[in-house]
Amino acid sequence: MRSQLEGSQAVARTVARCRPEVVSAYPISPQTHIVEGLSDLVRTGELAPCEYLLVESEFAAMSAAIGASATGARAYTATASQGLLYMAEAVYNAAGLGLPIVMTVANRAIGAPINIWNDHSDTMSQRDCGWIQLYADSNQEAVDLHVQAFRLAEEVSLPVMVCMDGFVLTHAVEEIDVPEQEQVDAFLPPFEPRQVLDPDDPVTIGAMVGPEAFTEVKYLMHAKQMQALDLIPEIAAEFSQAFGRSAGGLLRQYRTSDAETIVVVLGSVLGTVEEVVDELREQGVRIGAVGIRCFRPYPLDELREALGQARRVVVLEKAFAVGVGGIVGQNVRLALSGLPVEVLDVVAGLGGRAITKRSLHGLLADALEGRLEEGRLTFLDLDRELVGRELARMGRGGRTGPHAENILRDVGAVAAGSH
Amino acid sequence: MFQVRIHGRGGQGVVTAAELLSVAAFAEGRHAQAFPTFGSERTGAPVVGFCRMDDRPIRIREPIAEPDALIVQDPTLLHQVDVFAGLRPDGYLLINSERGFEELGIGELCERFRPERLRTVPATEIARECLGRPLPNAALLGGFAALTGRVSLESVAEAIRERFPGPLGERNVEAATRAHARVAGAEREPARA
Repeated sequence: MRSQLEGSQAVARTVARCRPEVVSAYPISPQTHIVEGLSDLVRTGELAPCEYLLVESEFAAMSAAIGASATGARAYTATASQGLLYMAEAVYNAAGLGLPIVMTVANRAIGAPINIWNDHSDTMSQRDCGWIQLYADSNQEAVDLHVQAFRLAEEVSLPVMVCMDGFVLTHAVEEIDVPEQEQVDAFLPPFEPRQVLDPDDPVTIGAMVGPEAFTEVKYLMHAKQMQALDLIPEIAAEFSQAFGRSAGGLLRQYRTSDAETIVVVLGSVLGTVEEVVDELREQGVRIGAVGIRCFRPYPLDELREALGQARRVVVLEKAFAVGVGGIVGQNVRLALSGLPVEVLDVVAGLGGRAITKRSLHGLLADALEGRLEEGRLTFLDLDRELVGRELARMGRGGRTGPHAENILRDVGAVAAGSH
Repeated sequence: MFQVRIHGRGGQGVVTAAELLSVAAFAEGRHAQAFPTFGSERTGAPVVGFCRMDDRPIRIREPIAEPDALIVQDPTLLHQVDVFAGLRPDGYLLINSERGFEELGIGELCERFRPERLRTVPATEIARECLGRPLPNAALLGGFAALTGRVSLESVAEAIRERFPGPLGERNVEAATRAHARVAGAEREPARA
């Protein structure tokens, strides 16, 4: 039923309808409303049977999810930012063991400087850990991806991260169709584990593997992710059949068929970019947009197909590889290798800085008129004067003090509250 | 698309106001999106909430820089925060105050806008009378409905009842109704009275 509700509440209700048997979580902004919502549903008995574990850290949250999943329970957790980093070792283990845990990441920046707002630094830091990574462009998409994530995880026996922009989506109240219980039950069969800790049929899970077989076990992680590339569109097609709306899949393409310029994004900025695309189309600019919904496994062939005819691709991303450049940009370049397509890397929306239509129009005018340099990272709306002042201070040598405090003093702001 | 920005202080219910407004628009079959800004939402700190409504699905996710309407929950913000920033020349303004614009020290500022679209309403007083507590939200939303006609009082009441079932909701609906009547009735009075 369609209703007007907060993204986090919609995700909590949807996850509950996926009937997780164990939810282990530790609260962190901006994920907190999701796990609070789930704990309420367990307390009231609406989600049963389910064990809700309020653990003492994110490391424990993932460890408990691993243990639960290994006993054959459908396991779920959620986190963000530093929480994801804190559980990183266990995140890798879940993938290496092939345990189909589903985790929501409410995307948030990583410190320092400490910042509670949205960007993609957290999940980008874990992009190569072996989890499948799906990115939601709206709250409806986030809800629908969760239903697909459990199905996908369990079919391919790999963990799946559903990434949704913190605050921008988690705290937005909008029209959302939360899937009905019967619909979810029909789409998502009970969990049949590939491996299970069963006292009647004892096995160990997590053997030490030496050089004689480590490569082979690791190869299987890669092979399963490659299998998922075929499975993800199949599940999306089945979802659309069952629920009557399209969601999921590897990419979302918007007005790309004749586009000379294509903007590539992940997550919730896609809607704003589509508005800008429409406005530029009215001015006769042949432009389109691609949202990468599945970033891991990486849909290399599909991206090559979607972008290969364009003259230029502007990759707009909410994280970057310090000392190198764009992360998604590098991946896009890989997909386009050998083709005469200019790839321009743009970092935007770091630490919650709004990506506005006005800024995007300016950026795309620069791109169309050749003012952006290929191979050079562009920082959208960067205050060069502010950065210049701090660089000049540093140039003078000596004890110049901490960057964050210096820059805040220059902008005349007091340090923002964090919590 | 009609875009509303709500200014208040942490604890006054800016987030709830934006949400209720979006629920009221949704109840009328329109698309709506409500979201807050975050960071310094300590009790008493300036907070901003946003609400968009449109006849077609809303894709844009940026904060509202050029609102069609402003709701100010706390008049002490007028000289602390640039609440007018970006307000369109034909925009609406509703301030929670017993006083007029001259008395609030913004008479000159208000001359840039259409006088019949600017109002103050004593939402806190109305709330004290109806709820026994100084929570101006419901009254302001009732006033907003009267001032802009963008949502009906009935939809505002429905949103309030959905969020606050029982007697609390009814008392809030009463506050919204009184503020609505007050703003609707004041239509012919000079704006700076």
